[in-house]
Amino acid sequence: MTDNTIENDRILSSDVVSSVKEWSSDLSGDSGFSETVKTFNSSIKFKVLFILASVAIIIIATSYAVTVGALSIGFLEVYEIIFDHLTGNITSSFDYIVWNVRLPRVVAGIIGGAGLAVCGAIMQSVLKNPMADPYTTGVSSGAMFGATIGMTLGFAAALGDNSVVILAFIFSLVPTLVIAGMSKFANTTPTTVIMAGIGIMYIFNAFTTVLMLNADSSDLNRIFYWQTGSLSLINGWSSIPVMFVLVAAGLVISMFLSGKLNVLATGDDSAKALGINADRMRLICLVLVGLVSASIVSYTGLIGFVGLVCPHIVRMFIGADNRYLIPAVALFGGALMLIADVIGKVVISPSVLPVGVVMSFIGGPVFLWMVLRRSDKAW
Amino acid sequence: MTDIVIKDVDFGYSEDRIVLHDINLEIHEPGLYCIIGPNGVGKSTMVKCVSKIIEPLRGQVLLDGEDVAKMHHKDVAKKVGFVPAFSQDAFSMSVINTILIGRYNHQKWGSRQKDLEMVYKTMKLLHIENLGMRNYNALSAGQHQKVSIARGLVQEPAVLILDEPTANLDVKYQVYVMEMLRAIAIEKGMVIMTICHDLNITAKYAHQVIMLARPGRIHAVGPPDEVLTEENIREVYGINCRIVRDEEMDIPYIILGSAIMGAAEDYRNPSNGAPAPSFTLPLIYGEGVYPSNINANIQYIVWIQIVWGISPFINTFKNTRKDCLYR
Repeated sequence: MTDNTIENDRILSSDVVSSVKEWSSDLSGDSGFSETVKTFNSSIKFKVLFILASVAIIIIATSYAVTVGALSIGFLEVYEIIFDHLTGNITSSFDYIVWNVRLPRVVAGIIGGAGLAVCGAIMQSVLKNPMADPYTTGVSSGAMFGATIGMTLGFAAALGDNSVVILAFIFSLVPTLVIAGMSKFANTTPTTVIMAGIGIMYIFNAFTTVLMLNADSSDLNRIFYWQTGSLSLINGWSSIPVMFVLVAAGLVISMFLSGKLNVLATGDDSAKALGINADRMRLICLVLVGLVSASIVSYTGLIGFVGLVCPHIVRMFIGADNRYLIPAVALFGGALMLIADVIGKVVISPSVLPVGVVMSFIGGPVFLWMVLRRSDKAW
Repeated sequence: MTDIVIKDVDFGYSEDRIVLHDINLEIHEPGLYCIIGPNGVGKSTMVKCVSKIIEPLRGQVLLDGEDVAKMHHKDVAKKVGFVPAFSQDAFSMSVINTILIGRYNHQKWGSRQKDLEMVYKTMKLLHIENLGMRNYNALSAGQHQKVSIARGLVQEPAVLILDEPTANLDVKYQVYVMEMLRAIAIEKGMVIMTICHDLNITAKYAHQVIMLARPGRIHAVGPPDEVLTEENIREVYGINCRIVRDEEMDIPYIILGSAIMGAAEDYRNPSNGAPAPSFTLPLIYGEGVYPSNINANIQYIVWIQIVWGISPFINTFKNTRKDCLYR
């Protein structure tokens, strides 16, 4: 049947034969190819530049963030103090303020922003839904319930000062566990995950509401503040290690998974055909996102916006290739959170506007403008 | 060249929703294999079993003698490429990046020169080399199709399966793509399986035609001359036709006649002939209570009465709750 070659096949026309011949032979001296490679490489260069720019913004914003506060400290002085502290040669009287009051907050801002933004990018990519964010599976409602228990039921005696953090962390893992358990009985398609997330959210919210109905007004105030999310909830360096370890691990793992995420984004069928077990991959990502976002949220409260919008903003600049998107989103998210927190400290000083509110105030309109301005369909 | 053997395969979403029954097929030679058949007969299901996207209820799919069910997705992917019928990425990348995904099993982090070369050659083959940096979602449906086909081709698999590769393409490219696939199958010694709806294109370019018929079984396999007969087409598709010979090319040419709109489509369970499950209200008093000719209608009336009857209670309940809330 096919012992013939394409040259003597009676049906094939010469145009097709020569096209296929050209396709199956080596490429030689095609000016179009070098042109294509050039534009392709310059697009990658732009992505790398964006990542480097985000690093620069973080470095500058860090020192600026430390200068801002009731007591003003010089821009370069900040680095001096940090350097002195690290070398164990403490000379400045500002050392305590810089090192123990302002730096933890800055570091938490960077870690939190980076973690939430990466979680958002992964969720949107895995669920193929631009509305997805780290809280889509119900992490936020679980954390909210845990925190409310901690604040209203007087667990402080049993668990110490960290009762809110511990309970929020434990309960924020529940929705992820439920979805992971669900995957044994049904396929975790994007729609089931989103629907299950909504269901879990309503259940937890109902419990939370019941607790809040019986809470006194000072507790309600605290709950409300926690719900908006703020870096003021960071309690010195002791808040950092757990968050840091989980976010760093999450970042490294998601970098390894980024190539697979690209394949998964082309649809379950073609992902399976390319050798990726789509359902299992999605589950791994959901658990990863659950852990990382839980570790952040339980310290800072429910900070919104970064996880949802930051990935979109970065995608508008560098496209949807997850191999570049994830590091870029991490850095950009860190920078965004840090800057928003600084602004929140400055605008109505000496009181502080929660970071989530600031981000929504400034980022919302900017994001809207970017969406409307856009003509080609990135999503 | 990869051997494909499909042995006694049944596929279904559950025991009483069997889609394919007793499928046996052996492919030992390279070439272009066209799978044809009416809507909902299980064409896509069959090819998805070969690429392990779904797994059969019973029976085996063997690739080079190895059972697909026992192979890892990754190992199947090295042999079998699959181009889905429709793909729209939620967040799309540039066309080059989208096609590069097809090189997933060939590449490490970053894209090497060789991958880019393959991508460029394939874009040129499909005449889309000017779309390289365009955003995938900004393309037209036909251009999407070409990108998907390119993504399948750059995988360089031994078996390439395309689910309706000519959908959304204009006439010129329908012909070009099928002719190209035939040429590639011969040139590279590949098995290329496509699902196809155009009988004349199938007749012209297929080496072998696999004809599926309702309910979920293989009706005929063989070269176009043998499979695409007036009788087979009438039986499988329910349409009258005439077949003439294109003397110049020496291929059958099918002139479609009228559709035979007889009984409803046969969606019975192919393994035991049970009727397709449908929604029925549970019987209230049981069989034989009413005269048989009005039985069904009375059932509905009784159901309506029951719902009607309890509705006041529901309202009362609602009002009571309101009272409690507003008191």
